[in-house]
Amino acid sequence: MLLFTAKRLLSGVVLLVVVSVATFFLAHLAIKDPTAALLGTTASPAQQAALATKIGIDRPLLVQFWDWFSHLVTGDFGTSWRNFQPVGAQLAIKVPVTLSVVTFATLITAVLGIAFGMITGLRSGTWFDRVLKGVSVVLFALPGFWVSLVLVLWFAVQLKWFPAVGYVQPSQSFDGWIRSLTLPAISLALGGVVAVSEQLRNAVIAQSRQDWVRTLRSRGLSPARVNLHILRNASPAALTVIALMFVGLLSGAIVVEQIFSLPGIGMLTNQSSQNGDIPMLLGITVVSIVFVVIINLLLDFVLGWINPKVRVA
Amino acid sequence: MTTTDIRVAFDRAKQRRRSGLFRRFLRHPGGYIPLGIFVLIVLVGVFAPLLAPMDPNFVDLAAAKAPPSAAHLLGADSTGRDILSRLIYGTRITIWGALITIVTAVVIGVPSGVAAGYFRGPFDRVAMWVSDALQSIPGMIILLVVAAGSRNNFELLMVTVGVFMVPGYFRIARSQTLSVREEPYIDAARVSGLSDVQIISRHVLKAVYPPVIIQTALTAGMAMGMQAGLQFLGIGDSNVPSWGAMMLEGFRLMLTYPLMLLWPSVALGLTIAVLAIMGSTLAELAQVRTPRLRRRRGAAAVAVGATAPATGTVRHTAEGSALRVENLRVSHATPSGVVEVVHGVTLDVAAGEVVGIVGESGSGKSQTVFSVLDLLPASGASTADSIRIAGHDVVTATPKQRQALLGRELGYVPQEPMSNLDPSYTIGHQLVEPLRRVHGMSGPKAKARAREVLLRVGLTDPDRIMRSYPHQVSGGMAQRVLIAGAISGRPTILVADEPTTALDVTVQAEVLELLRELQQEYGMALLIVTHNFGVVADICDRVIVMRGGEIVEQGDVDPLFAHPQQPYTRELIAASLDDALGRAELEAGRRSVLDSGGRSALDAADPAAGATTNTTEVRA
Repeated sequence: MLLFTAKRLLSGVVLLVVVSVATFFLAHLAIKDPTAALLGTTASPAQQAALATKIGIDRPLLVQFWDWFSHLVTGDFGTSWRNFQPVGAQLAIKVPVTLSVVTFATLITAVLGIAFGMITGLRSGTWFDRVLKGVSVVLFALPGFWVSLVLVLWFAVQLKWFPAVGYVQPSQSFDGWIRSLTLPAISLALGGVVAVSEQLRNAVIAQSRQDWVRTLRSRGLSPARVNLHILRNASPAALTVIALMFVGLLSGAIVVEQIFSLPGIGMLTNQSSQNGDIPMLLGITVVSIVFVVIINLLLDFVLGWINPKVRVA
Repeated sequence: MTTTDIRVAFDRAKQRRRSGLFRRFLRHPGGYIPLGIFVLIVLVGVFAPLLAPMDPNFVDLAAAKAPPSAAHLLGADSTGRDILSRLIYGTRITIWGALITIVTAVVIGVPSGVAAGYFRGPFDRVAMWVSDALQSIPGMIILLVVAAGSRNNFELLMVTVGVFMVPGYFRIARSQTLSVREEPYIDAARVSGLSDVQIISRHVLKAVYPPVIIQTALTAGMAMGMQAGLQFLGIGDSNVPSWGAMMLEGFRLMLTYPLMLLWPSVALGLTIAVLAIMGSTLAELAQVRTPRLRRRRGAAAVAVGATAPATGTVRHTAEGSALRVENLRVSHATPSGVVEVVHGVTLDVAAGEVVGIVGESGSGKSQTVFSVLDLLPASGASTADSIRIAGHDVVTATPKQRQALLGRELGYVPQEPMSNLDPSYTIGHQLVEPLRRVHGMSGPKAKARAREVLLRVGLTDPDRIMRSYPHQVSGGMAQRVLIAGAISGRPTILVADEPTTALDVTVQAEVLELLRELQQEYGMALLIVTHNFGVVADICDRVIVMRGGEIVEQGDVDPLFAHPQQPYTRELIAASLDDALGRAELEAGRRSVLDSGGRSALDAADPAAGATTNTTEVRA
């Protein structure tokens, strides 16, 4: 188990380093002249040169890389090229917003996805299963921001149940915080609910056909207890999707935050990319990958707990 | 015809069935309706310049935010540009973008997936890692970086979206290739001298392309969603009319002009929905589904025209028998309709008697005992004039009442030990749970009883066994565990379905001996299903011979062995004698595989073997 954990942790660190380095070079090669984007088209060449010296992009790329990477290892994300504030401090403000939407969305995904997946899997072929399948095929395909727009139009503009846009700090009003997150979280979660329930449904159907299910029933166990066995054996498929969804949610959050005016890393990413603020973009990438690695590590632990064969291997 | 020829022929038949997939798709309403809509959308995109009533970028400030009218069928946007024309031109850009994305993803994903699955080794490991890594990157961030760097170059952005779609294709191509590679005909092709390239182009690609088509329907939808999302963020050329940009404008004016948001949203939603439905229909048609038979108790769910008279007789009085079945019929729903597989059998077993049901695969013997247990698969249903279990007439009993007999009156020993234990729970848990939940024992008492039965079935270290997971014990031990589970509730009738078939020959005799001992010790009736007359000779008092869902012969073991009446019975006896010889050789081979560390591979194959047995019986 210790070896297993160490292996997974190492794999996560390698992923983090590879993606960070790749993004560094991609960003620097893609955004060739960030000073133009930062200063706007009216800036004089002298102003641009001064800024270039200030942010250090007049140095060779490898020197810049080493400067950035050696600081990153110590936890220093560098300074924003836009407002010269530390990137880390700004992320510390923005990340909790995104994280609360994404966590909320993941919870909805897990609860509804598992419930629907169980029901449709155990009652496959019934009208409920077929209706849900028809609805889910379409829901899964629709992008989160499309769903957001529909939700905003209906629940916020027409019915006025939820605020259309804006973010309320939990310290200000807990109730307001939840309400401000509900629509964005739902629109982010819908696709995930469908994906998780579909995976779980198929896994439940596959597990119900296993020989040991018949043997458990032959012992006189009630259907409910046998279903618990089926669910436990079917859950790795659903959990894997939940973890994958988390990555998708980080991506989806960028557009959804824009719609709901949530001051999270989504809006920050969009602004930074338009401003050519490379240190900020890199900081966001690194933080996102860290979350992905943590989620995958958690997933591996849970999978190991569910499936004894994984633990031994 | 050599074996290879047959395999190649079988492979061809399989491919012919697959090629029928697209024809079936065109006949399915979930296929032709969305396909028709999608073709229309594509045509609108292709012929946009002919269809659009106006120049999509023609600004007419006088018409700004105009409501729908004869001049502007869907109204005009905030600078007076015709919404319908922009929508039509937006279709063009949406499809062009999705096409770039898909071509990128397919060109990178499919060949790398096929190569990884076919050659495996280091390339596979590296490619898998890269694919996992790609799936771990929030793509939108990278897209925004690319957008910033390329000054919103649309084609480059769509290629980048395609790169993020690569893992989907890679995984599907890889797993399809892996499974095809395992097929014996690939080995046959290799032996016959075909090169890797020839094998891949002739065999592998044929298996890879149907799921790739399905994946493409889904990917196209996702690509359009990503594209519109980017445009919605304001990324893209403002002179190029796009659905995403129209949604952005509509969103800004949502409170006053909701229709401006509605049109592009409907266009995008409809396009993605038809793609999703096409993908789903294709996926559904590609997999073979087992139909389900509605269980109607008492009502006759019997196949049409199945009125053959019942076969077999009872030996004992109703009161004297532990189990008595009269005119039992079992039907299964198959894709071609309901098929009766057991055509009315009558049999009984007295308390303390050992009865064997013998027959080849498909004779209906397992279906008969599963009906007694009320554990038929979902596709099956049974009717009978009477089923008496330990004095209860259960033919009209509810599922709950039938369930109450399990464990208490009826114990069940399955055929395949390794696939009949839940892999996720310890053996101890699986023994203790029924004792607590069904037999109402306290935790410590149930544990003590579980230890006791494990010792009784000859497992000398019950504590270690109880802590173990199923994959940590051998097949022989697992079968003893299953026997322990079957007898732990002291049932009056023990039903054993081919209890020794999956075991080594040496273990077979021990397990039979154990069953015999337990049967006498507990005074149980034992109904044992087998295809092997050797088992019958070893242990049974009486034997029932089944063939094609009917009882063809029955009687006490010794006279039946000495003077079998039916040629079929004579064949079975002769086959069992040959089998004993052949089996011994087979076992020797199997053990040498085990000794060289092949256990996990065999274990993995085992459930599949069990499943095959069941399907053959169902099909017959």
